[in-house]
Amino acid sequence: MDSSTDTRRHFLFRLGIAINAVAVVLFARPIIGYLLSPARRFTWLDWIPLGPLTDYPENQTRLAAYENPFKKKWDGETAKIPCWVRRLTGKQFQVFAINCTHLGCPVRWFAESGLFMCPCHGGAFYSDGRHASGPPPRALYQYKYKVEADKLWIYAGELPTLGHPEV
Amino acid sequence: MNERLTRLGRWFDARLQLGEAIASVAEHPVPRSSASWWYVFGSATLVVFVLQVVTGICLATVYTPAADRAWDSLIYLNYSQPLGWYLRALHGWGSNFMVALMIIHMIQVFLFGAYKYPRELTWVAGCVLLLCTLGMAFTGQVLRFDQNAYWGLGIGASMAGRAPIVGSKIVALMLGGPIIAADTLSRFFALHVFVIPAILMGFVGLHLFLVLRLGINDWPMPGRIVSRSTYRRQYEELVRADGEPFVPYAAQKDIVFAGLIILSLLVVAAIAGPIGPNGPPDPTIIQTVPRPDFFFLWLFSVFALLPPWTETVLMLTGPVLALGLLFALPFISGTGEKSWRRRPFSVVIVILVVTTIGSLTWLGTFSPWSPHMNAWSAVPTPIEYVKGRAPLELQGALLVQSKQCRNCHALGGRGGMRGPALDRTATRLTRSQMVRQILQGGGNMPAYGSNLSPAEVNAIVAFLATMHPPGQPPARNSARPAIPASSN
Repeated sequence: MDSSTDTRRHFLFRLGIAINAVAVVLFARPIIGYLLSPARRFTWLDWIPLGPLTDYPENQTRLAAYENPFKKKWDGETAKIPCWVRRLTGKQFQVFAINCTHLGCPVRWFAESGLFMCPCHGGAFYSDGRHASGPPPRALYQYKYKVEADKLWIYAGELPTLGHPEV
Repeated sequence: MNERLTRLGRWFDARLQLGEAIASVAEHPVPRSSASWWYVFGSATLVVFVLQVVTGICLATVYTPAADRAWDSLIYLNYSQPLGWYLRALHGWGSNFMVALMIIHMIQVFLFGAYKYPRELTWVAGCVLLLCTLGMAFTGQVLRFDQNAYWGLGIGASMAGRAPIVGSKIVALMLGGPIIAADTLSRFFALHVFVIPAILMGFVGLHLFLVLRLGINDWPMPGRIVSRSTYRRQYEELVRADGEPFVPYAAQKDIVFAGLIILSLLVVAAIAGPIGPNGPPDPTIIQTVPRPDFFFLWLFSVFALLPPWTETVLMLTGPVLALGLLFALPFISGTGEKSWRRRPFSVVIVILVVTTIGSLTWLGTFSPWSPHMNAWSAVPTPIEYVKGRAPLELQGALLVQSKQCRNCHALGGRGGMRGPALDRTATRLTRSQMVRQILQGGGNMPAYGSNLSPAEVNAIVAFLATMHPPGQPPARNSARPAIPASSN
């Protein structure tokens, strides 16, 4: 075999590798972009109505539920998100996320003892959300709220975690 | 007839060229000593994995991986689809069988020193298989899209969310969005059905290939030291001098054991039935007590019992350290003694790990750290504690119920175990200590100062002061002179 075909074959082989390297990069770009897309948006928050003020008597804490503002048609029941609404007086509220700050289990309100208790690892919080006992590292997460048109609104849409508590 | 079959076989083999390869695998010599009942767990794990693939494919023909339909399709499988309940039971219990067999196999390999030279990478491949199997167990638990699945995802996200800086990004990637919803289920479906099984099959192939090429581990003899320069030659000599063909000599025990495992899986699944689902994945139903599946209960216990200040650090570094050690094992002790009789430290490690995980699992089954959410309204006060009591004391007994004290404190063996049982409180605390404990809390008890009136505290303490056995006097302040018990 003379050296010119040998060189040509090597050239073709190198060209093949180069073309495929470019192809792999171009192919990987949309795959990675597609898979990472949930992490690209920084916040998923929107103002959501929680119902008329009359639903929330003063000095009481009640369970409320809102619809995920970014829900899909096939979310089913998971589109409903619960939260605890504590009305102090007038337009003064505290709206707590349902998730325990320890590992996210749903806390339950006990009006008689004035405590939120978690069924998973025994975390407890006072009526104003402060940590009372157990492993949770901080107070209950609170949603931003506003009162508009005689309705209570909260700024929500994300699962609150320690890495992203500013719901 | 026989001759015709032989000719047919030859016809196919001339075209498939598989006969020689299969024969060389079946007839490859193994050390006589390794044809032991101790060596059957790996093949049994593989057999159960094959069953999982079969039952999994069957379930996929009915199961609907959409958040609004998944739970309904599970209920349909359980109650309407002919034999759906049994296939779900086989798949669910099969997963338990597979994890259990794999762990036994791993302990055997560890104690027999089978991970040592030249089988280091066989061990590493096995560790990948362990991770994949646990990954299948967790993702499978998510596909059983019920309350436990929903809040289990919340727990996973809350752990990931503790990672510094990238925590919220990891949560978004894990959930496929900002919150547990349709995309979460879809991506766990993709993991459970495509991604992890593909990795699993690849590594099963590698693991088996290595076992065939490097030879099955010889029975560890105390004093037979593994050295990189001599081991291969010694093994070859051993196989030549004292080897037997794999089939049927060693394979017969594998076949018998695998058959027994399949039969017991069939029986267990028929008796115990399908696992779940429990309530629908509706997060607004908060009357739920989320628990992970059996093999993750020990982790659930760890997070209840760790000192809170260590949690974030351990959640983030613990798995890395534990997995790092597991993968590095054959490179830390790749040579030397194989026999567990000469490796007391390894035996101690196995005993420690097994008893630790075992007792944490046992604790997880009744989670003494969790309040009993319904104890205050559902569990009565024992009659002997209210018999012949004064009105104020009875008022206190009532408050112990209605203020949810029983959610954390047991009376007569019933109620929460978060705090100490109250049956003998008066022998441990004086009245003023009780008042202080109730008002200010402490030692993991919330402070009730703002939720109890002085009269209520007074009544509760009056009741608790009666909580001592008849023959045993209540606690008293030793700084004061003893006074007759009648003043109690």
